[in-house]
Amino acid sequence: MSSGSTVTTTVTKASIYTRFTGHQGVMIGAFIVLAIVLVALLAPLLAPHDPYQQNLLARLIPPVWDSRGSWDHVLGTDHLGRDYLSRLIYGARISLLIGFGAALISGLIGTVMGVMAGYFGGRVDMVVTFLITVRLSMPVVLVALAVVAIVGGSLQVVITVLGLLLWDRFAVVMRSSTLQIRSMDYVAAAQAVGCSTKRILMTEIMPNVVNNLIVIATLEMAHAIILEAALSFLGLGVQPPLPSWGLMVSEGKDMMLFEAWLITIPGVALFLLVLAINLMGDGVRDITAPENRN
Amino acid sequence: MLYYTLKRLALAALVALTVSFISFGLLYLSSDPAIAMAGETASDADIEAIRQLYGFDRPILVQYFDWLQRAAAGDLGKSYYFRTDVSALIGERLPTTMTLGVCAITFAILLSVPLGVAAAIRPNSLVDRIALFLSVMGQALPSFWFALMLIVFLSVSLRLLPTSGSDTWLHFVMPTVVLGYYAAPAIMRLTRTGMLEVLSTDYIRTARAKGLRPPVVLFKHALRNAIIPVVSLAAVQFGFMLGGSIVVETIFALHGAGFLAWESITRNDLPTVQGLILVFSLFYIVLTFFADLINAWLDPRIRIK
Repeated sequence: MSSGSTVTTTVTKASIYTRFTGHQGVMIGAFIVLAIVLVALLAPLLAPHDPYQQNLLARLIPPVWDSRGSWDHVLGTDHLGRDYLSRLIYGARISLLIGFGAALISGLIGTVMGVMAGYFGGRVDMVVTFLITVRLSMPVVLVALAVVAIVGGSLQVVITVLGLLLWDRFAVVMRSSTLQIRSMDYVAAAQAVGCSTKRILMTEIMPNVVNNLIVIATLEMAHAIILEAALSFLGLGVQPPLPSWGLMVSEGKDMMLFEAWLITIPGVALFLLVLAINLMGDGVRDITAPENRN
Repeated sequence: MLYYTLKRLALAALVALTVSFISFGLLYLSSDPAIAMAGETASDADIEAIRQLYGFDRPILVQYFDWLQRAAAGDLGKSYYFRTDVSALIGERLPTTMTLGVCAITFAILLSVPLGVAAAIRPNSLVDRIALFLSVMGQALPSFWFALMLIVFLSVSLRLLPTSGSDTWLHFVMPTVVLGYYAAPAIMRLTRTGMLEVLSTDYIRTARAKGLRPPVVLFKHALRNAIIPVVSLAAVQFGFMLGGSIVVETIFALHGAGFLAWESITRNDLPTVQGLILVFSLFYIVLTFFADLINAWLDPRIRIK
């Protein structure tokens, strides 16, 4: 950390820019994520068909690369005759919404807890560390499944449940980074001139831990997206007819032995999105704080 | 060491108590467990009868302490669906999950520790790149999808392995790979950074300078120190795995505790769900307790702090 604080005076905006553009992982990841975000935003313009429109006469048409496929349904149709490409495009919205929403909620909880614990120490730290330990002891998938089953599955419920469950890593990392910053001279100086605690937290601590916060937020976003897909796959997440990618895999599962593309296509989309977000998160960490790998 | 052990034990007990309260409280997320139990066709009188039979009309805290008292004695109540004791039900299913967990963590360690060491010996080499590639892939592959793809390619196209059930050891191969691969990236990364750190220390330089053979330096001096944090990570991952086995067991129809969890969740069988959450959590607490003790024993700095 001490070397970081002396270097910042010489780092210019241009050199930060080249550090990001020079990092292969970040560039590939950012490109894919940007593409998927654009697809999600422009879904109504891009989707060739209505993702909910059923057509029982055009069921299970294979994708265009299959000899039985046609350009009318580029990625084929599902068991209800709904256009697979359109469902895939609208599904991006669900995954991104889950990722952002869950990371926002858990980030808020985890950051408040972690920064408080790191800054105040003592009893506050004891309570927060205890809560983190309790949270880690509870199996995430099992608790999430149980809660969704009891409360009832919907997009909002899944976002809330995942948000309330995934704050642990935020709290752990924010706590340790705040602990490091708290012992810096500039924090002692701010305390000495009588700055309020709120001011110190907002202007001295937060700007210096925000890099780590961004890294954890991206990784937890990916985590939430994978968990949503798993919950929806098990039938206890986002409910039909919403085109969640996990749900699409689940619906195609019964026919996967004959029509493998039914599960391959949404699975690849899910894999690509999670991979890209992780590449971005890992890359940002490599660039801003290479000492924090792992 | 005794002081540390007692302190750690007190923490574990407190965590266990809190977890038990949460898993008990989950039942009350649904508006009324009696209605959930009685089913959709029940009359008001039926619901009232169930409410009194199971004691849902008492204050929540009274019910909690009653439940806790019996849980401590090993009685987790009766399953709504299977109509048998929850503890017997879980006890019957747990061996399958344990077998799967042990196989998977062994697979993960065998895959990731050698790769992590090899990657650390030659950073930025081909091996390092392969290791990085495998770990990036492992973090992004949704385990349920990976499992399905394995079924499609290994079982159906190549006819190598059985797709579902738990009769022979062959049935455990695919679940082990899926679950183990999920835990491997974290272990590999920690092994790699740990080894890199240790390899750059002065005592390794000394060991090399006095002419010790490279394997001795690598395994006796370096790996022994780098492996300490890996031990506790592996314990944590093992605990997570048992919780995560629910997805894998459901796909491969492996009749373990994870499959039981899915069955009971979809059937609103709340006592079984409660019992499973409690058992999985307790297992994790015990596991991390021992991992911390081993760490404190290996590294005196931890217990003095």
